[in-house]
Amino acid sequence: MRIVVGEGSCGIAAGAGKVYDALQTAMNPSDSFELGITGCIGMCFLEPIVDIYEGGDLLARLVHVEAKDGARIAEAVRGGDLSSIEDLKIQEEDAGFLNKQTRIALRNCGIIDPTDLNSYKARDGYKALEKVLKTMTPEEVIEEIKTSGLAGRGGAGFPTWFKWNAARGSAGEEKYLICNADEGDPGAFMDRAVIESDPHNLIEGMLIAAYAIGAKEAIVYVRAEYPLAIIRLEEAIRQATEAGLIGENILGTGFSCKFRYMAGAGAFVCGEETALIESLEGKRGMPRLKPPFPAAAGYKLKPSNINNVETFANVAWIINNGGEAFAAMGTEGSKGTKVFALTGKVKRGGLVEIPMGQTLRHVIFDIGGGIRNEKKIKAVQMGGPSGGCIPENLLDTVIDYKALSATGAIMGSGGMVVMDENTCMVGMARFFLDFTSKESCGKCVHCRIGTKRMLEILTRIVSGKGEEGDIELLEELCNAIKDGALCGLGQTAPNPVLTTIRYFRDEYEAHIKEKKCPAKECVELLSYKIDPDTCKGCTLCARKCPVQAISGEVKNPHAIDQDICIKCGQCYTLCKFGAISVE
Amino acid sequence: MCKNDCKDEKMKALDLVLDAHDHDSGSLITILQKAQDIHGYLPAEIIYYVAAQTGTTPAKVMGVATFYTQFRLEPVGKYLIMLCKGTACHVNGSDRIEAAITNELEITNGQTTKDGLFTLKNVACLGCCSLSPVMMVNEETFGTLTPEKAISILNDFRNRKEEEA
Repeated sequence: MRIVVGEGSCGIAAGAGKVYDALQTAMNPSDSFELGITGCIGMCFLEPIVDIYEGGDLLARLVHVEAKDGARIAEAVRGGDLSSIEDLKIQEEDAGFLNKQTRIALRNCGIIDPTDLNSYKARDGYKALEKVLKTMTPEEVIEEIKTSGLAGRGGAGFPTWFKWNAARGSAGEEKYLICNADEGDPGAFMDRAVIESDPHNLIEGMLIAAYAIGAKEAIVYVRAEYPLAIIRLEEAIRQATEAGLIGENILGTGFSCKFRYMAGAGAFVCGEETALIESLEGKRGMPRLKPPFPAAAGYKLKPSNINNVETFANVAWIINNGGEAFAAMGTEGSKGTKVFALTGKVKRGGLVEIPMGQTLRHVIFDIGGGIRNEKKIKAVQMGGPSGGCIPENLLDTVIDYKALSATGAIMGSGGMVVMDENTCMVGMARFFLDFTSKESCGKCVHCRIGTKRMLEILTRIVSGKGEEGDIELLEELCNAIKDGALCGLGQTAPNPVLTTIRYFRDEYEAHIKEKKCPAKECVELLSYKIDPDTCKGCTLCARKCPVQAISGEVKNPHAIDQDICIKCGQCYTLCKFGAISVE
Repeated sequence: MCKNDCKDEKMKALDLVLDAHDHDSGSLITILQKAQDIHGYLPAEIIYYVAAQTGTTPAKVMGVATFYTQFRLEPVGKYLIMLCKGTACHVNGSDRIEAAITNELEITNGQTTKDGLFTLKNVACLGCCSLSPVMMVNEETFGTLTPEKAISILNDFRNRKEEEA
């Protein structure tokens, strides 16, 4: 038997490293079972996770494992009787989170050991590369990708074969293949999981693409905020080089390709492909004017092709199983599967890969288990700062590039943040504008100043100083920025504002006209009151109030002085009798 | 403060980095990252030195150093708190965590405590959204924070420092 600990970033943050150490300590030299690691299983809400395998069969999945469980897990495995750890086993309804998925890009995540090349090879690893290099022409590879209907998974959904073909057709011997792993969209972690859990899959997909376009060098531009992904990628590049899968004369076919990575340094705009190229060249990540497109003049002004991590993660599967098998999944306009990072106020959060064409409701309720604490769902945010909020009544929208764009949101890279009735939508719009105004590179006026002005107006609205006409002013600014901004960051920055105005105009109006926050989230618009009939006079709130705004005698009703109150909400949280209300 | 010989060691390490990248300004970001690893931040003299060594201007190097959030022009505390302000963390109350830390350490975003122990830095997203709200202290990640839990973690680090002393 084999014990495997899920060591992705989420698992480690939840304590997987300590669990691994405890298991190692509990093992005897005479034990016949092995201990190993895997990457992210994708069920972040159950971390740390420990799997027990017999050969290729999963015997048991243990969840929320703690270091103190190490000894009894080792004991159970040693004795071959897992009944003593029954309490740690995953609940059937939680297991459904994974069983309802169709995993292609994530097919090896949480199954293989990401630090071991042989573990990847055992699951058809590098077979697609061998097939491509030995039996296919670059044109045939591009044709297969065309058949599959694979589109860019970074957000825009541009057909992958078209970009490859354009780069292939560009004149010149020196070409570059680049992977955009600068996953800056707050609320998204699909790419991180792929690199941490299955780095060879990314390398294989990139090598196939490099062959297709005729590139002699492949580069991964990865976020510096993902230290574990960088370590695993570095190790995988070293292993692949040693195995003759990277470098000169790969697999004896005469095809040569160098491979390296560069760590980004923290700038959201570098997710834009021309800004990413500038950054690769060691400069400030400021977007270039297009055209020329990177396919004609990219990195070092040579023909370059840039795709997202998830796009590459599908390539080897498509070559092995055929483009038609991939195209058989999904909708008319959106083929294959898509990975989402499901987070926010949802019960079961984690990585979800499903065929295109399923509804948002299916993802959030059937897979994600609905909303925490039995609250009502208000909206789901897709596409991060470039996307929008889709309201509850549109949750039957299917996952499809066009259908999602029609709502005003976008497919995006896969961030899916669920919001409940306590999330203020104006506050949400302000949150995103705060982000984009900080991340604007400053090159064009519309984005640099436009986002700042929008942020000022939104800040004024959430602090109760909104004025009549602010909504119209916001809309005017949004349209001007969309039209005038140079790159995708600016052109899409108004989306969170436009969608919240479109679907939650009443919340904006409540803030502006009545100076009230319906979600009770905007601190400056709240007031706390003590109900004298329910208050027992226990004095707890008065003692804990940081500004001594609460007064009253023991066993007599207390009261809050609104002029002193800083609306920190401590009293509301502390009161054991539910005597404090918030408006 | 560091003695002279120690400073020389650091400069030697930086020279090795410059050699490894052929003193090429195209690798400026990587060079600055390594320089920051060596020095803990990017002092003015390092900006000038890297510019001279890569054949570019101090203004260009400074432009890059100030563009990216990873680079620091000031020294940081022993423990760097990176508080995630991503979407999922925002929805799950990262503002309350920030208020608690600010209140406890009496520093705001970007500042360092007087004893040089903690620096607070808000970051865009750490990618551990399912465990939100999240913060990282140096290389360690902590999830599902509450204001109380965040303070207790900081106290653990403070005690760690005292134990070492």
